[in-house]
Parts: sequence; structure tokens; C-alpha cells
Amino acid sequence: MELPQTRDILEKLAKDIRADLTGDVILVGIHTGGAWLAEELHRMLGLSTPLGMLDISFYRDDFERIGLHPEVKPSDIPFDVDGADILLVDDVLFTGRTVRAAVNEIFDYGRPARIRLAVLVDRGGRELPIEARFTGVKLDLDEHRMIDLLRNDSGGLELRLRPGN
Amino acid sequence: MKIHIKNGRLIDPKNHLDRKADLFIAAGKVVSIGDPPQGFNASHEIDANGLVVCPGLVDLSARLREPGYEYRATLESEMEAAIAGGITSLACPPDTDPPLDEPGLVEMLKYRARSLNQAHVFPVGALTQGLLGENLTEMAELRDAGCVAFSHAEKPLDNALVMMRAMQYASTFDLPVWLRAQDASLSKIGVAHEGEVATRLGLPGIPTCAETIALSKILRLAEETGARVHICRISSSEGVEIIRQAKKQGLPVTCDVSANHIHLSDRDIGFFDSNCHLIPPLRSLRDRDALKRGLKDGTIDAVCSDHTPVDDDAKLLPFAEAEAGATGLELLLPLTLKWAEESNVPLTDALSRVTSRPADVLGIESGILSPGAVADLCIFAPDTYWKIEPKSLKSQGKNTPFLGLEMKGRVRYTLVGGHIVYEATPS
Amino acid sequence: MQRQLNKNGELQHLLTIEGLSAAMLHHILDTAESFVGVTEREVKKVPLLRGKAIFNLFFEPSTRTRTTFEIAAKRLSADVINLNISASSQSKGETLLDTVNNLSAMHADMFIVRHAQSGAAHLIANHVAPEIHVINAGDGRHAHPTQALLDMYTIRHFKRDFHELKVAIIGDIMHSRVARSQIHALTTLGVPEVRVIAPKTLLPKGVEHLGVHPYHDMAKGLKDVDVLLMLRLQNERMQGALLPSAQEYFKYYGLTPEKLALAKPDAIVMHPGPMNRGIEIDSAVADGPQSVILPQVTFGIAVRMAVMSILAGS
Repeated sequence: MELPQTRDILEKLAKDIRADLTGDVILVGIHTGGAWLAEELHRMLGLSTPLGMLDISFYRDDFERIGLHPEVKPSDIPFDVDGADILLVDDVLFTGRTVRAAVNEIFDYGRPARIRLAVLVDRGGRELPIEARFTGVKLDLDEHRMIDLLRNDSGGLELRLRPGN
Repeated sequence: MKIHIKNGRLIDPKNHLDRKADLFIAAGKVVSIGDPPQGFNASHEIDANGLVVCPGLVDLSARLREPGYEYRATLESEMEAAIAGGITSLACPPDTDPPLDEPGLVEMLKYRARSLNQAHVFPVGALTQGLLGENLTEMAELRDAGCVAFSHAEKPLDNALVMMRAMQYASTFDLPVWLRAQDASLSKIGVAHEGEVATRLGLPGIPTCAETIALSKILRLAEETGARVHICRISSSEGVEIIRQAKKQGLPVTCDVSANHIHLSDRDIGFFDSNCHLIPPLRSLRDRDALKRGLKDGTIDAVCSDHTPVDDDAKLLPFAEAEAGATGLELLLPLTLKWAEESNVPLTDALSRVTSRPADVLGIESGILSPGAVADLCIFAPDTYWKIEPKSLKSQGKNTPFLGLEMKGRVRYTLVGGHIVYEATPS
Repeated sequence: MQRQLNKNGELQHLLTIEGLSAAMLHHILDTAESFVGVTEREVKKVPLLRGKAIFNLFFEPSTRTRTTFEIAAKRLSADVINLNISASSQSKGETLLDTVNNLSAMHADMFIVRHAQSGAAHLIANHVAPEIHVINAGDGRHAHPTQALLDMYTIRHFKRDFHELKVAIIGDIMHSRVARSQIHALTTLGVPEVRVIAPKTLLPKGVEHLGVHPYHDMAKGLKDVDVLLMLRLQNERMQGALLPSAQEYFKYYGLTPEKLALAKPDAIVMHPGPMNRGIEIDSAVADGPQSVILPQVTFGIAVRMAVMSILAGS
């Protein structure tokens, strides 16, 4: 299957968000792809609010099965979550479990006014009642097919389908 | 009972005998080797083809746990274990409860043992009353009750004056004194050989000098008093060397080593295997190798089992708290054979270390196969492997560092006084 | 037999630093680093070990270590049960393993064990059901792996590269489980020079076989050192013919500003606590700029959270 150009999807996503922007929305990206995406969007939208990053390793629901991830990056929430208007950013929305973990983690920092979700790709296959407010592109992928957001050699972001079965 | 043992490989270390020959027993004695006596009608035949026929083993130290420690093991179970191990004579240390310091206790023990009609039991009497290291025991009376020697088991006897007096008194009656070389204050809190392994494991150590200092003291006093001294369970290379020098000087000293110590070192403790908590402690590889050499060149006269059955609970404790000791009656033969093979010792010499030599130390007539000798025999399969596991051991003590290992040397028959007291069930 | 690692090479128990690779040690330190972040925010809890029952089995009393483990476990949302098994149950004749078996039946997931005898944690680990994890919080003189790990974390935090350091451990090495674990950790992590400084009565025989250089002269031993690991001197050492007095010990082996000046100017001073001021360390040094004794405490919680998480996830 041919993927649309990542740059195009990104532009469309930024355009949608810009159309509904309020002054004090705070972007929080989910490591790793969502963090890159949040950084990029923060720049594209010209926001002056702080940028947050979340590592959800400690909030995953599959700890018993697969143990602790070997590389845990620190979460960084440099603002007061109480009363904040948060836009959670992730690269790919699939089962919804990652977002569930992220929301739980945010609530451990405080009580936000609202959390909305922006994703680059919505590939269906939800296992939890979670939906994105802003979506770059909807793709219908076979459940065994994996898609990742990567940094290419020139530092740009690129969506890529993982090869094989 | 008239018994004809045929086709066996007869090994009699005392008579330098090692050949295939038949052996004939009647009225509890060996009557002939090679050809049957005139008109011999065997009531029993044993086919010893492929088996070794040797004198019954003589074990210089086996704790039978009676009187007083019946919860650990009983006379019945341990005597079963002894004959299953091919042992026909054994000496038991005096550290029973109460200690063997009264003729009545010794008589009782001998009586109990005799009534089982298994191995001969030679109690070693307590050197001091209660093994407290202060007052002498009635050694002559105890000898009359059946004690062949006097020792202090593992209890400290640090008072040099008492030790000297005890040796003088014992030698008045020409009674041998058996002593462990372990200085009490230097070994008080230690549980392992002081060295690299104990340091790494954080275990309090017993330095080698605990043995050498005590050994020198014992030998000086032996020289002074003229007593016949036997050193029990030598453990260090320095200790062996001191004995070697003492023998060169003509001192009437003998010594033994435990079968565990000629195979194991402190490395075998691994991560706190309490089956390796022994007294004296397992020392370094260098020490172990010196003990092997010492046994080979005769500096060490005999190897014994140092049989010490301990119940499972007492071993399932952190190393230092676990009770010391290993079960050993059934392992004496295979461990001796293993040492012989590794050290290139001919079978005749090897078997002398568990037959004729310990018999000499004990001053008994066993350990020999000549016509006229008491028919105490061990018939074993030298190349048969068996697994050391709780169910293959008759002793109530299953505590051995060799658990789970396969050893060569399986006893098939044990005879005491011309009677078959043990016959292995085919496995 | 090394029983800490399961057949996949994952850490099943933490009993001793011996046998752990440098990679495994760094993995634990890296995980601890991510937990430091957690301990610094307002909600210090993560749900990682929710529903797990962790039993603190302290056969030897200790408020400080037990509390650190308790805090660490609670920050992982685990349920913590503290058991100070003093003389009471032991004198009633209940053996160590009886106690453990009874507790296992209460669906314990993890035991944190401190015991006065070397080898106690190994004994317990050899006898618990396969799903139960055991952390050694100190066994006799043998090992105190989490203390060594937090010390390594502290060193890595302030000094970054182990391969360039001279480290000195000062004090009662003979009786110290902390020292033994530190020595294994330092040598495994590639510290080129590990020194132990003590009078002869406090150095165990064969200590050089652990890969350390023994010194009896503190001035010589501290020269150019980057990290000073102080050990606590127990009062009991003044009996049993090991040391004559605290005064003489302090004079020759206590860390004063003058002696500290012999080390590198940016050397750091550490102590597992609690400190005996005026015996092994002078207050001026303990409270001085080179002391990193306070940060050690925070790192201790993060390191223990890391160990528990790694074990629970294996």
C-alpha cells in the first residue's frame, strides 16, 4: 500500500488544529513518536505555551507480560496540570491503550480542565472507547501490519510501514 | 555356617594379596584360601565373579547417635547403614548424651550393638568427665567396659596441664589418646576455612593455625608423656607436614582424615551449601591435595567416614547456623575408591587405608583375610555406579555434599563373624 | 549455583552483586534514573506494582533500610506488609523456612529479607515458589546489593565514567556486607583501582583476591582518590580484641578535612548511614561541600523502585 506523504498529513493536521486553537492550549507528546510530533506541531503552530513529554512505561497495562521496557525516558511536565487545557499528541492511534496510560499519567500530575487528542494516523482497531479530536489521516490496515513514525537521515519525520507479515 | 566364596578377586592388604581365588569360611573364621579344606561342604555359596573380596571395612569414626540423640538417628538405622557400606568394625566417639564417661553407658552401648549382630562397635571413651576438660575419667574401668581408646571428640581441651595429665594417665595403662587438633579460641566463632572463599561469602573463618598450634601442643605433650596419640581428622597441608616430621622423629603418632576432606575444598561451599558445613572445615584446594598426598604416602594412616547424621531441619538453616557434619558410612568405600583412582593408588594400598591400617590404630585383629582370621568381609562391585540420594541411603542422615552424584563401588555382601549380615537387593 | 537469573537471563532475585554483568548493573541504574524523575514530581506514585504484595522480612532490626524499601514499594503502588521477626517467633522454635512458607501461603509476590546470617537470602530464594522474588536487604557479612547499587548510582551521577576512577573504601571491611557488595560492583563496572583502607584486624584474609588493594596507612590510601566510601564502625568492635578505642581509630582512620585534602580536590565522600560522627567521620566533612550523603537517600528510593520493577516484570 502506498502511504500519503508524511509532510502532507502533517500540514493537514496542523491546519485542523489551528482552526480550533485557543490561546493557552498545551501540547503534550507521548514518547517517542508522539514527542517528535508534538515538537514539530509546537513549532508549526507557533505556540508559546510550554511543551510536555510523557513516557508511559510505568502506566502500561502489559507490564506483567512483557516487563519493564529497557529504555525508559523521563517524563517532563513543566507546567501546572491543574486547570490546564491539554492537547495530547501521538503518532499512531491503534488499540487506544497507549492513550489510556497517558491520560492516567496526566491525572497523577493534577486535574486538567480538558484533554483532547491529536494523532497523525488513525488506523482503527480500537479496544477501548477512545477517539481523536484531530486526525491527520485515517488508514485501514491489516491488524498484523505495523506502522511507525521515524526520523529520516535529514532529520525529518516520516511514516513507514514495517515490512513483512 | 560353611560358606564358599568363589571366583572373587581377593584383596588382603596386610598379606599383600591381590589375586583371583576362592575363599572358605567355617565356624566364623576364614579356613582356607584357594583350595577347599578336606571334606568341606558349603551350606552357602557366593559367586563373587567380577567382585572384590576384601576384609570388612574398619571405620575409625562413626556417630551412632545413641545414647541421647535418637531424634537424629538410631543405633538400628546406623548399624544397617554401616553394613550396607561394607563396614564390619567401627569406633564411635564419646560425644553422646550423656558422654561415654561411665562404664555403665559403655556396657549398655556395647550390649545394644552386640544384640543387633551386625558390625563390631568399639566405643571411644571420654578423656575427661562430661568432656568438660577438667577431671579425668576412670579410664581403666572404661577400658574394661569395652573402650579401646580415649578422646575429647570436638569439645575443647585447651588446658595444657589437663591434657598432659590425661595423656600420662592413659599411657599408664597403655591406652591410646585420640585428639582433634583444633585450638578452641581460634576456632570459636569460625565456621569455614579462613581464606578467600570465607572472605567472599562473609563467613567467619577458622585459620589454619588453629590446627597447627593445637597439633604442635598435642605432639609436644605426647613426646613429654610418652603417650600413644592418634590425631583425628587432619585438615591442612601444614598439619600433614607437621605429622610427617613427627613420624620421621619416631614419635608414636598416627592420624586419620575424613573421606570428605580428600575430595572437597572450601570452593564446594558454593553459595552457602550447608552440607559442606563440616568440622574441621573444608580448607583450600592446596590443603585438599596435600591430604590426598599424605594419605598416599602413609603420613595419614587411615581414612574414616566421620559419619555424623543430621536431620534435614538442622541443615535447612543459614550456613553458620546449620549443624555441622555429613553422613558417611555408606560413602566410605566409594570415596576411597575415587581417591585411589584419581591419585593412582593400587587397590591393595587403597583398601589398606580402610581395613588393615585403621585396625592397627584401633588395636583390633580385624582387617585381614589369613586362614584363622575372623571372617569379617566386604564383597563389592568396584565398577558399579550408584546414585547418592536419600532413598539409596540407609542412614537416617541424608546430609552429604555428594547428594545427587553417582559414585563407583557398590557393596554386594557384608559378612561379620562368618555370617552374611548384608546382601544387596538387585537394583 | 547462581540462582539469581532465570533461564532467559532475567533477574529473578537480587541476592548479591556477584554474578551480575556490567550490562545488568547499568540497566538497573538506568531504570533507577527514570524513577528519580517520578520521585521529584508531586504525585510520586506509579501503578506498576499495583495489587502486588511485598513482605518486608526483617530478622535483624533496621528502621532506615526497611523504611526506604517501604516507600519504594508504595511508590510503585504495591501493598507492603512489614514483619519484624525478632526473637519472638524464632524462640518459639519456628525456623526461618517455616516463617517463609507460612508467608508464601499468604500470596506474597516478593520478600525483602534482612538477616544476621550470611546466606540467609540464598536459603530463602532456594526454597520459595518460582513466582516469588527475593531481594536481599543484607545478610550477615555477605552482601547488601541494593546499597551497593545506590552507591554506584551516586558515583555515576557525580563522576559519570567508572573507568577513570580511584575509589577507596574505608573502615571495617571484615564485618561489612556493604563493602563486599561495593567491591563486586566497582570491579564489575570497570573501576581500575579499588582500595580498602583499614587496620589489619579489620581486613579479612585474602581480601586482595576480590580485586582490591589493601592499605593500612590512610594518608597513602587516600592519595588522588576520586570517591571515598566510608563504612560505619560498630561499637562492638571495641571488644573482642579488634580495636583498642574509638579515639585511636578516629585518629588514624577517621575522615577529617586534613585527610580528605589528600584526595583529589573534587573527590566525593559517601556513607551508607547512620554515621558515627567523631568516630569514622568528622562533622566538618559529613556536612561539608564534598559530602553527597544526603542525595544518596533519594537515589536509594529510586534504585529500590528499579530493582523491584525489574524483578516483578521478569
